[in-house]
Amino acid sequence: MKVLGIESSCDETGVALYDTERGLLGHAVHTQVAMHAAYGGVVPELASRDHVRRLIPLLERVLADAGCTRHDIDAIAYTAGPGLAGALLVGASFAEALALALDIPALPVHHLEGHLLSPLLGIDAPNFPFIALLVSGGHTQLMRVTRVGAYQLLGESLDDAAGEAFDKTAKLLGLGYPGGPALAKLAESGRPGRYKLPRPMLNSGDLSFSFSGLKTAVLTAARAHELTEADRADLAAEFQEAVTEVLAAKAVAACRQHRLSSLVVAGGVGANRRLRQRLDEAMAKIGGRVFYPELELCTDNGAMIAFAGSQRLLQGDVADSTRGAFVVRPRWPLDQLS
Amino acid sequence: MRLLAFETATRRPSVALWQDGATIERAEEVPNGGSERLLPWMHELLAEAGLTLAQIDGIAFGAGPGGFTGLRLACGVAQGLAWGLDLPVMPVSTLEALALASGKREVWACLDARMNEVYSAVYLVDGAAVQQVTAPVCLPPAVVPAPTVAGVWGVGDGFAAYGDLLIAGKRDLAGVRADVCPTAAAVLRIAAPAFARGDAVSPAQAQPIYVRDKVAFTTAERIARGGAK
Ligand SMILES: Nc1ncnc2c1ncn2[C@@H]1O[C@H](COP(=O)(O)OP(=O)(O)OP(=O)(O)O)[C@@H](O)[C@H]1O
Repeated sequence: MKVLGIESSCDETGVALYDTERGLLGHAVHTQVAMHAAYGGVVPELASRDHVRRLIPLLERVLADAGCTRHDIDAIAYTAGPGLAGALLVGASFAEALALALDIPALPVHHLEGHLLSPLLGIDAPNFPFIALLVSGGHTQLMRVTRVGAYQLLGESLDDAAGEAFDKTAKLLGLGYPGGPALAKLAESGRPGRYKLPRPMLNSGDLSFSFSGLKTAVLTAARAHELTEADRADLAAEFQEAVTEVLAAKAVAACRQHRLSSLVVAGGVGANRRLRQRLDEAMAKIGGRVFYPELELCTDNGAMIAFAGSQRLLQGDVADSTRGAFVVRPRWPLDQLS
Repeated sequence: MRLLAFETATRRPSVALWQDGATIERAEEVPNGGSERLLPWMHELLAEAGLTLAQIDGIAFGAGPGGFTGLRLACGVAQGLAWGLDLPVMPVSTLEALALASGKREVWACLDARMNEVYSAVYLVDGAAVQQVTAPVCLPPAVVPAPTVAGVWGVGDGFAAYGDLLIAGKRDLAGVRADVCPTAAAVLRIAAPAFARGDAVSPAQAQPIYVRDKVAFTTAERIARGGAK
């Protein structure tokens, strides 16, 4: 069964074709990062406009790469939320209409379900049940995953998401947008510990996070004196230590509490090397393992949507016949999925 | 020739089916944009005409100007159907469809563009031929190019929102019909001859016509205007 995946929830247009027998046959992503950089952040209207321009060319490229035609597609999965309403609508309207034209099912998929199942796309995939740490620009969540569709929220950020904290702190340090990867790079040449930043909620006893105070602490440190290049690197390194220490500690705590040895990490911040190093070490200590998606599947993409849709179809969760009536859900808690 | 059209630029979305000159249509004011209605309406129309999607020859849509999200809904649906069925697409001006839908000959078409602006153009309608007198613009109501002759009809929800500002100091209008909306049926009357002429485009080339192209300021522009980063 070949499932087409379409992702347009934020600033990446992603299209992919996944075959339940042969795996990923093709996938392509167009990122709008350069376009939004001049604006200092994602401009929703510009994001939506770009999705409309990119979708069909990407789709044609994916099919060509896969050596398939439109008639080989058996189902279409698309991101129905959460995300930017206008951006989601681009993928949803195209996908629903295309499914009718080809007389195949259309499946609305939860964006985060896509992210957290994405490590299962790898050759070395975890078995259910597992703990998932979702760390992206918009989310920081710990979930217990018992099977496709059963996600129990164990804890999440009470304010900024981890990626958001990286981006805002990067901006404070003059690193431009999006700052996460740039901050991580700067941190490599810095010495953690020279500045002292808090480890928010490290000992809170629950699985909640809070990252907005960290950004304020960086601001205070940055205002205390004129920062040299070396100071900025040291501050970046300490910030990265603080965030990754809390993320790793809570992820491991979740695994212990639920007596699970597999931890799945998904979302853009999952690309962070220091975070991976800490998680690998901490999980090894409790005899567990960490599973990551392929690096190129860490950020938004169509492959994870195609894959999540295919798992839903295999499980028999076929969309009931809505005759093309659809809605997008800009806000859509993952634990409301069934 | 059999054609389908989608028009969702205003609060009153519509879908229409054209079969050799005869048109049937579904339209209704909906609060949330119409994504739940559009394709089910299309099924109803096909069933009513005893047709299947495979018998359709082309897809048209109201490309704008109008509400951005609505424009993309119609465009996305048109692109998806046309790409899947390997059909050509005809994007039609929403203001032209509004002028034609009004049933008047000389029309000043104005849609509410929010932010104290209107989308506006003046047309001369002859049968199903809509001739442009002034090109579509997005401007404050007091400064949009108005008809230069008396006796033109003011049409569209722009007049509901900014009627006084639009009319003040202009040539006398024949009257105002603020309740007229562009319709999918009007889109089809414009699109049918265009398909026959071979003016239709590929699904990828079929794009919304926003008219309002400046939607945000870059960081550099904000700083130049004395604002914050
Ligand atoms: N190496 C890195 N270190 C730290 N943060 C990173 C790194 N690479 C990417 N990020 C951060 O990851 C985020 C982007 O991830 P992703 O694309 O998954 O999220 P999103 O689409 O913004 O949010 P969501 O998926 O929650 O809607 C950004 O905040 C970015 O700064």
